[in-house]
Amino acid sequence: MMAVEVRLPTLLRVHADGAASVAADGATVGEVFSALTAVYPGLSEQLIDAEGALHKFVNVYVNDDDIRYLGQLATPVTERDVVSILPAVAGG
Amino acid sequence: MTDAAPTFATPTLRLSVSQYERIVGHCYVGLPDEACGLIAGPVVAGAATGFVSDVYPAVNADASARTYTVDGRDYLRASRDAEARGHDIIGVWHSHTHTDPYPSPTDVRTAVDPMWVYILVSLRDDAPMLRAYRIRDGVIAECQVQVL
Repeated sequence: MMAVEVRLPTLLRVHADGAASVAADGATVGEVFSALTAVYPGLSEQLIDAEGALHKFVNVYVNDDDIRYLGQLATPVTERDVVSILPAVAGG
Repeated sequence: MTDAAPTFATPTLRLSVSQYERIVGHCYVGLPDEACGLIAGPVVAGAATGFVSDVYPAVNADASARTYTVDGRDYLRASRDAEARGHDIIGVWHSHTHTDPYPSPTDVRTAVDPMWVYILVSLRDDAPMLRAYRIRDGVIAECQVQVL
């Protein structure tokens, strides 16, 4: 398994012992998230909805690309990739 | 309590004149739609200090006069730039083109991060009005703003 760097926004760091960046194993974004939430269970409901899909208020990028336009949680990753999690920022 | 001085949430938001002008200018450029952007600064012990190191104008992905969504790639770029400087995104600004500089019910419902500062710029009157707030658990608290 390859460790992939995952960058967390300030909002989620409280669920990861304050870390801005964590590493987790996986060959897809979903596998990385599974490994991540096994260590930091508090991240789980922030990332994944009740149906097991990416939460709609969260945007996830593999390097520069939004995984909604790639393979969603099945998007493949390697140890050279950086996964960035950012909350959707919106209002009226 | 009618004579009590107004209490403000911390931190006091400190903007340079050029940062203030970039924020307000971006709001005018965005007319007739709402405009938005992100602010960065140091985070100490999980809290913003109120110092603003950079401002990042963003595309309003909604292209709407009533709502805004910060373009995701603009956010990604801003976040990377801020982190490369040892800082973090600590807040967001957006304009209200015809209403008060006060968070709307939508703004409260969608508030992202209790640590963030939410800047509202009203373009309703001839002179722009910029105000800043904390929004935590649905409660709005105004922050003082210094432009130096």
